[in-house]
Amino acid sequence: MPTSRAVDPEFLALPLKRLGDTALQRGRDFHAEHTDFRLERLRTQRLTLRDGALIDASEGDETGFAVRVIIDGTWGFAAGVALTTDEVVRVTEQAVRMAMVAKPISTERIELATEPVYRDKTWVSAYEVNPFEVPVPDKVALLAQWSERLSAHAAVDHVSASVNQVSENKYYADSAGTTTTQQRIRLHPSLEAYGTDRERGIFDSMRSTAPPVGRGWEYLDGAGYDWDSELAALPEHLAEKLAAPSVSAGSYDLVIDPSNLWLTIHESIGHATELDRALGYEANYAGTSFATPDRLGTLHYGSGGMHVTGDRTFDHGLATVGYDDDGVATQQWDIVKDGVLVGYQTDRRMAALMGLGRSNGCAFADSPGHIPIQRMANVSLQPSAGAVSTADLIAGVDHGLYVVGDKSWSIDMQRYNFQFTGQRFFAIRDGKLAGQVRDAAYQATTTDFWGSMDAVGGPDTWVLHGAFNCGKAQPGQVAPVSHGCPAARFRDIRILNTTSEAGR
Amino acid sequence: MPTPQALVDVALESTSADQCIVVLTESSTANLRWANNTLTTNGAMTGSHVTVISVVDGAAGAAAGVLTRAATTSSQVEALVAAADEAARAAAPADDAAEVVAGEQAPGWAADPGHTSIEVFTDFASDLGAAFGRANSDAHLLYGYVEQDISTTYLATSRGLRLRHEQPTSHVGITGKPADLSTSAWVGQAAEDISDFSVGDLDAELVRRMRWGQRKVDLPAGRYDTILPPTAVADLAIYAYFVSSGRDAHEGQTVFSDPQGGTRVGQQVAKPGVRLHSDPHRPGLTSSPFLTATSSDSTQSVFDNGLPLDATDWIADGRLQALGTSRHTAELTGLGLTPLVDNLLLGVDGAAGSVDDLVGSADRALLLTCLWYIREVDPQTLLLTGLTRDGVYLVEGGEVVGAVNNFRFNESPIDLLSRFSGAGESVRSFSREWGDYFPRTMTPPLRIPDFNMSSVSQAS
Repeated sequence: MPTSRAVDPEFLALPLKRLGDTALQRGRDFHAEHTDFRLERLRTQRLTLRDGALIDASEGDETGFAVRVIIDGTWGFAAGVALTTDEVVRVTEQAVRMAMVAKPISTERIELATEPVYRDKTWVSAYEVNPFEVPVPDKVALLAQWSERLSAHAAVDHVSASVNQVSENKYYADSAGTTTTQQRIRLHPSLEAYGTDRERGIFDSMRSTAPPVGRGWEYLDGAGYDWDSELAALPEHLAEKLAAPSVSAGSYDLVIDPSNLWLTIHESIGHATELDRALGYEANYAGTSFATPDRLGTLHYGSGGMHVTGDRTFDHGLATVGYDDDGVATQQWDIVKDGVLVGYQTDRRMAALMGLGRSNGCAFADSPGHIPIQRMANVSLQPSAGAVSTADLIAGVDHGLYVVGDKSWSIDMQRYNFQFTGQRFFAIRDGKLAGQVRDAAYQATTTDFWGSMDAVGGPDTWVLHGAFNCGKAQPGQVAPVSHGCPAARFRDIRILNTTSEAGR
Repeated sequence: MPTPQALVDVALESTSADQCIVVLTESSTANLRWANNTLTTNGAMTGSHVTVISVVDGAAGAAAGVLTRAATTSSQVEALVAAADEAARAAAPADDAAEVVAGEQAPGWAADPGHTSIEVFTDFASDLGAAFGRANSDAHLLYGYVEQDISTTYLATSRGLRLRHEQPTSHVGITGKPADLSTSAWVGQAAEDISDFSVGDLDAELVRRMRWGQRKVDLPAGRYDTILPPTAVADLAIYAYFVSSGRDAHEGQTVFSDPQGGTRVGQQVAKPGVRLHSDPHRPGLTSSPFLTATSSDSTQSVFDNGLPLDATDWIADGRLQALGTSRHTAELTGLGLTPLVDNLLLGVDGAAGSVDDLVGSADRALLLTCLWYIREVDPQTLLLTGLTRDGVYLVEGGEVVGAVNNFRFNESPIDLLSRFSGAGESVRSFSREWGDYFPRTMTPPLRIPDFNMSSVSQAS
């Protein structure tokens, strides 16, 4: 059994260096300006229970490799699965042919920002218990026990429980001499309780707000999260929501909990400050950005208390890694400082194109079959320096809502107009919480919203949340990413009543 | 390297489980992507994934081990089967356990997997280069993506079943913007083969739409008479299909749940004449005629692998007829056995004419291009939010007279099927939001007299 925090010996036993050397040599044979080889093993396991009974325990185990070349200033990419030198030669030649097909209709010369060479580096994420070493029956028994606790409450009709687990191994070698071997572990447990109020003819649900994290199975044993409190509170929250009055549409002050605010950060800051989007590379799919490079250093993104960083270095962050898929050592940097846009998320190609110096290490491919593109770092809102609590933020609101947990999310193709709902909205009256309301959604334009942030919670309110399923690119790629944030307060935000939006 | 059929035999011969199901998919795909009138990325990928479902009988019921791996050699497949067998022995009894499907070798089993390569793009790339040239001289910018994929599935069970299905899929999307990026237009299309696409025709339609965008009209939020082209209708209809799980409805979690308990099957949910159905044998829209499931969820079961799929009415004459079920959830809910099929067709009885005819008959209306970032706001009504994208046009006197700002909408596709005031013929469509993952649709254009544009989006 592999010891924790060492790279899986099964992965190290693959012919990593031999296949890598084969690809790099074939690239040299064709006078490629750059060649990189990436061999990945991606293990996934998803356990799903409904009403305590197991309905899915499927596992994935994908191993494959990719070769990327730059020939005559043009990218060529190809990928395969058979781990033989013959196949690596064939795939490398195919990447070369791709570059040749692409050349006549490519007008931008591909150059990469310079990066030091890292020889034989190993990096392993921070976790204690590899979830793939925990017996499946033990994992299912824990989820079944949690389901039973929720089902025992009178308000709960049905319960679903799941945990997604991923182990990601990457070997990277490039023609400059960098070779890295890395391992990341992450998991996402989730519980949802469903209830009905037949008299009112409504049904609703309440989902756990436990974040997905870059941790091992110790997370489900309580490392970094208080499961007991969440399991105890969830059915009560559901019962209160089912009985709650419908919200009156209008303007409210919002205090937003990190369990909801992370997703607003993800959509309105994280994606808007991806340089590939700002340059139009996603115009046909994920969209572009209002935060264009000509506004770098001048765009007032939000109020003066807004400080947003990007990083791929924070322990347990889902985007955290040692070296990115361009062979760049990961970093932390400022994206918004004192409310002004000061930085982007970059990869080597775009950093060179825009003259930004060194890449900040955001290249990522979600599988061995996909080309690396610029993906999101952990984009986080920094807390205020003072000891500002959530209760302090609420105390400053006469007529408002306190928003907890993420639910529905949507934002336009340039990241202006967004609409979010939550797991629960509590009325705030005269500085105090006054019970839940139903059917609320908040809608705003990005810079108006962040401009209305008049107070930021202190370090004690800061929590790292995130998602496994950030989508981008064609062909579609899915990336995991975390966002840390404090609770924060926003003035005069438009609240919709979703029942009247539906015309009822 | 061994053939897929040989690998399947290795799996079935090496299993020590009581029953075994093997699903092997060979995929071959190539793509080109471009932005700002130049190619940006490309790729040619092959994949071979094998799913083994080992079933072990026990006193408390059958348990399954379900494992998917990339595998191309006999020893990899043997190791995979051993791991799946072991997982099945360690597993708790599966809630959805059912008899493994029996049968025999279907005609065509012995055929090789389909294959594509970058060379299929030779003509397309040359035509695209010409379009870049026109765009450069006309001061506009092109962004887009084209993909050709061929996936061949071999499905076998330890009870004799041998099935093969080859699924070719191709799609293209092109976005156009003037050099000042002040507006945006889009065209897209799906087919089985890339040779069905004409870059010249797509480019001409894009140029026509960019011309519409030269006159700009600002309109506030509100309810508008709105014409949804087949693409936008597919964006909404696919979401309704995604939430059509029989079990979820039965347990009070979807728009298809009866608030008093049970499902709304048998109830009127749309105007008379509305038909929503799937048909794996529909020419041009052909999808797998048998069920493949590499994991179980509320709609499908791994035990059902190999069940035949046939034409299924979900809504007929406006009445809800069926919801997605497995053998297990059909029994649980009392609904019929109607697994989901990998295509979707929406039609309105007697509707004729195209989206241009709906435009021609409108005094004042909005004409949409497509919808984007569609998410569920309220599962009970299936209220969806999302945005218009890449072209909202103002129609006056039966003609497009300019381009309007984008909007955020809040609407339920099920409500719209009861509220539309006009419809055209159902045609092959390509959803902007979901088409990359669900490319096989036929939908009509629809006219909605009071489409809810909740707020203005500044996105252009």
